[in-house]
Amino acid sequence: MFDDSNIIAGLEIGTHKICVVVGEQNAEGTLNIIGLGQARSRGVRKGEIIDPQQAEEDLRAAVYEAEQMADVEIRSVYLGVSGSHIRGFNNRGVHPVVSADREISEDDVQDVVKNAMAVNLPAENARIHSVRQRFSVDGQDGVTNPVGMLGARLEVDMHVIHGHANRLQNAIRLVRGTQLEVDEIVFTGIASSLALLTNDQKELGALVVDMGGGTTEFVVHYDGVIRHSGVLAVGGDHVANDLAYGLKVPLSRAEKLKIEHGSALVTEAAKGQTISITNELGLELKRVNVEHLQRIMSLRLEELFQLIARDVEQAGLTDYLRAGVFLCGGGSRVPDLNRLAENIFQMNVTAGHAGALSGLATTLDQPEFAAAIGLVKYGSLKNRKRAPRNLFSPQAIKGAFGRFMQRS
Amino acid sequence: METPEPPSLLAAGPKPLVKIFGVGTAGLALLEAAHTPEFAGSDFIAINTDSPAASSAKVKIHLESKLLRGLGSGGDAERGRALAEEQFSTLKAACENANVVFILAGLGGGAGSGISPILAKAAREAGALVLAFVTLPFDCEGNRREQQAQQSLAQLRAVADGVICLPGQKIFKLIDENTPVVETFRVTAGLLHEGLRGVWQLLTRPGLIQVHFSDVCALVRDRHAESAFAFVETSGPGRAREAVEKILAHPLLDEGRALAESDAVLVSLTAGKDLTMAEIGRVMDQVKRQCAHAQIIMGAAVDSALKDKLCVTVIAAKQGVAAAHVAPRSEARATPLSLPGHREPALSRSRGPRKASKAIQTQLPLNIVSKGRFDKSEPTKHNGEDLDVPTFLRRGIPLN
Repeated sequence: MFDDSNIIAGLEIGTHKICVVVGEQNAEGTLNIIGLGQARSRGVRKGEIIDPQQAEEDLRAAVYEAEQMADVEIRSVYLGVSGSHIRGFNNRGVHPVVSADREISEDDVQDVVKNAMAVNLPAENARIHSVRQRFSVDGQDGVTNPVGMLGARLEVDMHVIHGHANRLQNAIRLVRGTQLEVDEIVFTGIASSLALLTNDQKELGALVVDMGGGTTEFVVHYDGVIRHSGVLAVGGDHVANDLAYGLKVPLSRAEKLKIEHGSALVTEAAKGQTISITNELGLELKRVNVEHLQRIMSLRLEELFQLIARDVEQAGLTDYLRAGVFLCGGGSRVPDLNRLAENIFQMNVTAGHAGALSGLATTLDQPEFAAAIGLVKYGSLKNRKRAPRNLFSPQAIKGAFGRFMQRS
Repeated sequence: METPEPPSLLAAGPKPLVKIFGVGTAGLALLEAAHTPEFAGSDFIAINTDSPAASSAKVKIHLESKLLRGLGSGGDAERGRALAEEQFSTLKAACENANVVFILAGLGGGAGSGISPILAKAAREAGALVLAFVTLPFDCEGNRREQQAQQSLAQLRAVADGVICLPGQKIFKLIDENTPVVETFRVTAGLLHEGLRGVWQLLTRPGLIQVHFSDVCALVRDRHAESAFAFVETSGPGRAREAVEKILAHPLLDEGRALAESDAVLVSLTAGKDLTMAEIGRVMDQVKRQCAHAQIIMGAAVDSALKDKLCVTVIAAKQGVAAAHVAPRSEARATPLSLPGHREPALSRSRGPRKASKAIQTQLPLNIVSKGRFDKSEPTKHNGEDLDVPTFLRRGIPLN
């Protein structure tokens, strides 16, 4: 009971699936993935909960599966959040160094960070992350740690990600309702990029696009820090919906067609090809033109990438993506997607692998688990930062006892 | 006028002679609503198949024949039409000398639907520019009226220089559910009046950046039926921003969607002497952002009577639906747009609308794209585009 604080769980409540990944962090801080649970998600649309009861049921199923597999009890999770209400922007904080010798102290750094965090958010919004970028001392940019430097004016850039407080609270309440604690909420895009990118790639500059069922998140890393982030409430559901509308088939059938015959580019082989849709008795109901199917898909995905490309361009970051674009999420399974993305971004596009972790490598190396794995990694980074706790301090005992009472 | 005006179709005098016609019972009501001091100097003419005696208009024309036995057109557009053709010379005489003719009518009934197109034709033959402001019936008024209205609208589009129409159904979005009927009609009249006033201001106020009537016509003519318009008035220090907000939330522009879908937009700003370029810029920037694909015509004018008010009129012409309007289109190509001197002989023109009325079939209303599983969820808006609607539909890419 007292020694399982090294268990870290990441929970992603997605539009298509709810996914729980359990990791174990050993004394040296290395992370091992020991369990995974997933369940089909029915109470979520566009990344946001629309039916809490249904979602809770699915959540319990996923957690149960993960606990079975990892053979541990999950107490708390790092919760991934997404949705069209989430926005990211950069803010700069300024602080004059007042000490007589002009040496920048720890306090100065804390003050400037505080200034940068004092942003004008809409009243109903809450901050999810504020990520420190680089300091600048008297106009000298790119300082990573200014403590001990001399200067009169200390500045810092922060990337602030914020979202609608009530909508974020919905997800948290749902998790708390199943007697799980929420360690922290994490923007899914950041989690995915943690799972996908190595430090070198973050340094070089990379765009991570997580194509989920209802939302698509994108995050730009450059120079080792997060430069830009965003969410578009367009995902795999939209592709299926377009197909259902364009081919005049039911949604469930469109979903199937998307998986079986989908492509991000119209393939030569599809030209003039038709497939017949049969009912359960094998009678033909309808013939569907594969070319049309692929064209509808292609247009939707093309538009999605174009929107992201435009957004990144407006942020002035297109030329900094020297490591290229990394795709993950269930939506990135579409054949030829890399080629389509290469056409639009005009740079190297890679299907991302969550390779940075050891553990259940082969089963886990799926694009749709990237976010949940990233959440675990996020948790492990947080844990490592935390000072080693005294297990028998009064506080720790009280906390553990409190948890015990809550669970039973 | 303060600014020297290049010789134009309105060069006949400093103020163009404007005649405002109200046609049919609804048209008369609209005419009454427009009977304000603002429009002083223009002639008001009432036309109806019933007796228009109740109207306060200066000239009243009572179309009557033995056919009707004094009972009015009985809601039959063909009767109204036959009657108007019979009295064509009277109508033409009424339009004599006018530079601009506004036609106010409620389509759907007998008189409004029947007479308006003929009146428009008569006015054009008399050498005036014709702009029609019409309302379409409410959905609950039934199919027949709807069909008559649509048919009449198509004919009107073919002959008038511009048609701005206000579908009755959209009024519902503007008013509260408990609004009494009388109030509803007052709102309708008020809206058309606002549109009329917007165009009126374009024409008569000294322009800093002049918009010619021909610009207005080029914009509204021969487009989709629903050339949407909106008129907003704001005042105070943040008036430009407020005006933009009001435009983007205007129900007649489908909360700004009409702008995104339009391919031509006319924006006219009128304010007191303190109108600044920055304000114009602020409004235009936002409008431009909303309709990236559209051709934008803008005008600005100063009217000292407005004091610190800012009036913005927006007319957005949607892309036409090609197949449905073949007849009016070909007709439109045959007639030059603006210059009255270049009109074609009356004979060849008069055949156009006749043919059109036969060629046009009854059509189903263009239904809004169903958003499938996203029907009930919060729409994903990106720069005014609804991303929930399939991409291939928004881009108009045909399959096959």
